[in-house]
Amino acid sequence: MRPVIPYVTAAILFGLGVYGVLRRRNAVLVLMAVELMLNAVNLLLVTADSTTRAALPHGGQVFALFVIVIAAAEVGVGLAIVLQLYRLRGSVALDEVTLHEHPPDEGPEPAVDATGTGPTGSAGSAASGVGAR
Amino acid sequence: MTGADVLLLALGAVAVGSGALVVTTRHLVRAGLYLVVCLGAIAGLYLVLTAELLAWVQVLVYVGAVVVLLLFAVMLTRAPIGASTDLDRPGWPAALIGGGTGAGLTLLLIDAFRWSRVDLPEPGTAERLGAEIFGRWVLPFEVLSVLLLSALVGAIAISVRIPGRRR
Repeated sequence: MRPVIPYVTAAILFGLGVYGVLRRRNAVLVLMAVELMLNAVNLLLVTADSTTRAALPHGGQVFALFVIVIAAAEVGVGLAIVLQLYRLRGSVALDEVTLHEHPPDEGPEPAVDATGTGPTGSAGSAASGVGAR
Repeated sequence: MTGADVLLLALGAVAVGSGALVVTTRHLVRAGLYLVVCLGAIAGLYLVLTAELLAWVQVLVYVGAVVVLLLFAVMLTRAPIGASTDLDRPGWPAALIGGGTGAGLTLLLIDAFRWSRVDLPEPGTAERLGAEIFGRWVLPFEVLSVLLLSALVGAIAISVRIPGRRR
């Protein structure tokens, strides 16, 4: 087996993941690109495990398993944050998130009901979906 | 070129092609489905690389759970069904940095391994991997279980709080 083939595959996948994280503005697509990067690293670990001799047998595969577990935790918390952003803004566009903002202490309650169905604005309509009702 | 090389090349081409479609398509749902193809091809690569337990864990956790979660998020954020034009931001810096990262890593790994040839080791079956995890790696394994629990509690704590309501 030529080890250069899976190594190069992993490198290209990681580059694609970096490109996707920087290019996309939808938060869910950014999470998908992060998954691509995590899988590229996993592929690198598994390839290194089967092509090099290590002191600990199968250390690379054990690490890849751990990375899969961490990725599952990451995607759970990340999706909770994305859904909360959508409830707050009515949009998941990342470049419309303002970083410095005082808490909403005046004005009416946002247009969010307790069942969590979110505001009625469409996904493209930025912050105008908040307070529409 | 042996049979394993041909399989690695074919699965790698599928993984890279569908990965490129994930980051370039204009359809949100199709991006999730291309991600399924990409992760499945990576599971096939794990099988060829003799990591058989890891391949099935990949199918179970990634293809089965993570992609379903992502598709749930696509649905819950009321994504439009057809093509959407506002998914990307202008992308020359992204192409530059992503392409530079990919090309740099590719050149580094090609320079490190050339066209060398190795023999595949004994497969990483569930028995061998289990002996490793519950032998040498048992402490990181337990720490990871605590991490999973805290991530679960954190996700619940984030999503029960309704934004805008003062506590």
